[in-house]
Amino acid sequence: MRARIAHIASNTFREAVRDRVLYNLIAFVLLLSGAAVLVGQISIEIEKLVVINLGLTAVSLFGVVIAIFIGIGLVSKEIEKRTLYTVLSRPVRRWEFIIGKFFGLAGTLVVNTFFMAIGVFGALFYVSHKFVRADALILVALYFIILEFIIICSLSLLFSSFSSPLLSAVFAFSLFVIGSFAEDLRNFAGMAHGMSRWLATGAAYVVPNLSAFNIISSIAHEQPVAGQLVLQNTLYALFYASMALSGAVLIFERRDLK
Amino acid sequence: MAAIEILGLEKTYKIGFWRKRPKHALYPLQLTVEDGEIFGFLGPNGAGKTTTLKLLMGLVYPTAGSARILGREWTDPSVKAQIGFLPEQPYFYDYLTAHELLEYYGQLSGVPAKQRKQRVDQVLHQVGLRDVQGLQLRKFSKGMLQRVGIGQAILHDPKLVFLDEPMSGLDPMGRREVRDLMEELKHQGKTVFFSTHILSDAEALCDRVAIIHKGELRGVGRVEDLTSTIQGKVEIIWQGTQVPAAIKAMVAECHVSGDRVRVIVEENQQDMVIDILRRERQRLVAVIPVRTSLEAYFVEKLRRAETTAGSTI
Repeated sequence: MRARIAHIASNTFREAVRDRVLYNLIAFVLLLSGAAVLVGQISIEIEKLVVINLGLTAVSLFGVVIAIFIGIGLVSKEIEKRTLYTVLSRPVRRWEFIIGKFFGLAGTLVVNTFFMAIGVFGALFYVSHKFVRADALILVALYFIILEFIIICSLSLLFSSFSSPLLSAVFAFSLFVIGSFAEDLRNFAGMAHGMSRWLATGAAYVVPNLSAFNIISSIAHEQPVAGQLVLQNTLYALFYASMALSGAVLIFERRDLK
Repeated sequence: MAAIEILGLEKTYKIGFWRKRPKHALYPLQLTVEDGEIFGFLGPNGAGKTTTLKLLMGLVYPTAGSARILGREWTDPSVKAQIGFLPEQPYFYDYLTAHELLEYYGQLSGVPAKQRKQRVDQVLHQVGLRDVQGLQLRKFSKGMLQRVGIGQAILHDPKLVFLDEPMSGLDPMGRREVRDLMEELKHQGKTVFFSTHILSDAEALCDRVAIIHKGELRGVGRVEDLTSTIQGKVEIIWQGTQVPAAIKAMVAECHVSGDRVRVIVEENQQDMVIDILRRERQRLVAVIPVRTSLEAYFVEKLRRAETTAGSTI
């Protein structure tokens, strides 16, 4: 069972690499090195702040775009191209296929983030010429970004298990945007009354609370991160992704592959 | 033991905007395929052949019925380690090379790592793709993809092989090779279940065939039995270039090709024709009873099905 999941994950990773997904790293490096050179010339005292903000936001956005645009095709493309037939006619269970695909995409994003992190630290060193202890906090921000990717991957897979790539992209991107403002939605729910309160509260708990994962700004200002937040975000991401993947498995298990 | 027992498998799709209108893709199907035989599943396009195969592979779920494959429930995952499947017009991960693809499928089928490399090389040689094994599949022709498809179906040495239109997209040489491969599989004691609408392939290969049309089984039997209806005519062949006048007056069909003459006569005229040939000192080559071809049987079955459907309406 574990071996089959690992083989499917490794093939998904290989597909991403061969489809030149990691070429986004070139765009990322160009963006970051350009920004580092530019802020080095025009900013006074805030070069580091700008590089951390810009670098981590780019890591997050590049990753989310990859997670959505690969994730939405992971199942639907296999059905459409009928590559799934020769996989599922082997001793591979449908849930193993879904989980394997998820790990493959998550693995691709972790590798991508690793190389981007090297870029961020490189740009940081270029503008400040040294590393300080507080720079280690960037690793926590990167960890939160990876947790965010895990949620987006699972949601993309969920949509991909029953919908067309176009609709899946719309759903996943909408949830990403709403999820980024989940904190505001919760505040609104607290202030609303009657039916609106019920609806807003329901929506606030269904959409992923991605705003909790965004600590880029506080990291840039060298504010410490509470250990409790790390634990809380880790558990939340794992729970949310498990729920979304369970949904994907339940739908896919019942689906006729016409 | 029967290799496949299909026990009333049935598939109805719901179509239309509200998905309320039923469309029968397969009416309850009862079919048994014996161990070690080559079984042909024949029918025109849209007859229900692919639906049946997809049901057996667990790709679509039946509305009713069940099946047993190699003595076990068809939903038992362990069964799949012993079956191979070639879908119709197969499409594979085109970013992989033929070698990588077979390696991947070998992993998924649970072929032990030690045997895998050897098995992949052997299969690539068997399907004639050894020289292009390092080429990405996106550069393969349709015929080459069909060979990859056959390769992946037999890679893990399955006991039972399902092939959906295996000759599709192949040139005459490729078709011949697939036919040889299927015969080789039979010699190895494996069961082959293949769907086709190319009747000459089925006639040449199959021990038994089933005919399906509009989702309903129309006939099952041994090819010899289905084609054994003697039409009351015989084909007489002799060496020569001319047809004696006495024979010419008798026969309905006569063909001269090279130094052979072939005529078809009524059975009761057979002795008279042979006597004339002896008198004329012609060298008799063969006397063969004319049998119904599988094609004629197939067309007749479909025609009858159409007539029944027409009269029902």
